[in-house]
Amino acid sequence: MEGSSVFTSLSVQDFWFMVEGAARTIELTLWSSVIGTMLGIVIGVARASMPWPVVLTLAGYVDVLRSVPLLIQFILFNAGLAVMGHQQTPFVVGVLVLSLYMSAYVSEVVRGGVMAVPVLTRRAARSLGMSWLQDMRYIVLPIGLRAVFPAWIGLVIGLVKDTSLIAVIGYIELLRAGQIIITRTQEPMLVLCGAGVFYFAICYPVSRVAARIEKGMAA
Amino acid sequence: MIEIHEIHKSFGTTQVLRGVSLNVEKSKVVVVIGPSGSGKSTLLQCINGLEPIDEGWIKVDGVEVHARGTDLNELRLRIGIVFQQFNVFPHLTALDNVALAPRVVLKLPKKDALIQAEAQLDRVGLADKLDMPPAKLSGGQQQRLAIARALAMEPEYMLFDEITSALDPELVGEVLDTLRMLRRDGMTMICVTHEMRFAREAADRIVFMDEGRVCEEGPPEQMFSTPKQARTRQFLKQVA
Repeated sequence: MEGSSVFTSLSVQDFWFMVEGAARTIELTLWSSVIGTMLGIVIGVARASMPWPVVLTLAGYVDVLRSVPLLIQFILFNAGLAVMGHQQTPFVVGVLVLSLYMSAYVSEVVRGGVMAVPVLTRRAARSLGMSWLQDMRYIVLPIGLRAVFPAWIGLVIGLVKDTSLIAVIGYIELLRAGQIIITRTQEPMLVLCGAGVFYFAICYPVSRVAARIEKGMAA
Repeated sequence: MIEIHEIHKSFGTTQVLRGVSLNVEKSKVVVVIGPSGSGKSTLLQCINGLEPIDEGWIKVDGVEVHARGTDLNELRLRIGIVFQQFNVFPHLTALDNVALAPRVVLKLPKKDALIQAEAQLDRVGLADKLDMPPAKLSGGQQQRLAIARALAMEPEYMLFDEITSALDPELVGEVLDTLRMLRRDGMTMICVTHEMRFAREAADRIVFMDEGRVCEEGPPEQMFSTPKQARTRQFLKQVA
């Protein structure tokens, strides 16, 4: 009715726009948590068992990724790839950066889990003729990863929210979708509350399922 | 046969073993006694290559344990070991504790491994605990589980490192009974223990270690009644 107005009120389309953003947030989280966790397990195990030159190198990797703000990492990585002539889509850059970032945190958690397995338990495994790899696979990782499962879930939930920083390289995920709607409708409170509900709706089931699994492991 | 020749071993500046020699023939039971810190546990962990040594050599059936090129994983199949504590795998049921190594190391089919594991658990009196997680077992049952797990690899030698020391007194008997059963079956064993009654009754030979050396060895009757060394007499008087 007031088609000339710059600002329009919230519409159903806006809702679907946010749903789309939420789907992208989930997609980013899934990819980066899977890749980041696998990489993090490898790094964590290496840090707990390799000779010192490897350990020191990996410690540097972890320290850098944990100390530099994620926002800066997105921008630098994106620009760096472009400079080297390997420009990627924002989604690919996002998954890359988030995976590396996640791997640094996961590696610390995994390292803690591996070192928490008693030496004699490992010696018992080796005494049965198991190789180092078999000891890792059947004894150390099952015991260690179970112990750090709650900490890992915390990292995944953190990752869901960290994906919002990818907006700086122009990817429209949940929060960025909200901001776009706000620019048009000038309804920041309402839209941000809506975005918050979306984030909650993503994270809450994760922690509930995690609590279930934890209970199952304890039994 | 296990041959140990003049082995030396230090942790940092602490000399734990200072020239230990010992031979253990097939089907014999050797009980190692001695005060804490005399190097008994370290000696056992050197025999299956869990600990490196600084000097000397150990041969198991003629194979030098610490030689370059010795496949320790293969050698360990012949030597079972049970520790004082923290021994069983907490994330696996009793049955899986025993069946795991036969499956992944010996590559036994799962079905065969489980059948064999059940038989071993039956042998140590745990036939009714197959599906229990170790946390639900008593200390004595956990140690018997650890023994069954080692036996499942069908070793020719068994090393026991103070396996009753962490147990409540009323649980010691059931574990020692298991060792007696193994002795009857002709297993070659080296037992580090503080159970003097068990040592006297089950040992073919007693070895008294002190300060990283074998101070004296001999048959139990002689060691307990007429020990030659003053240090042995003093120790036996303290523990008796």
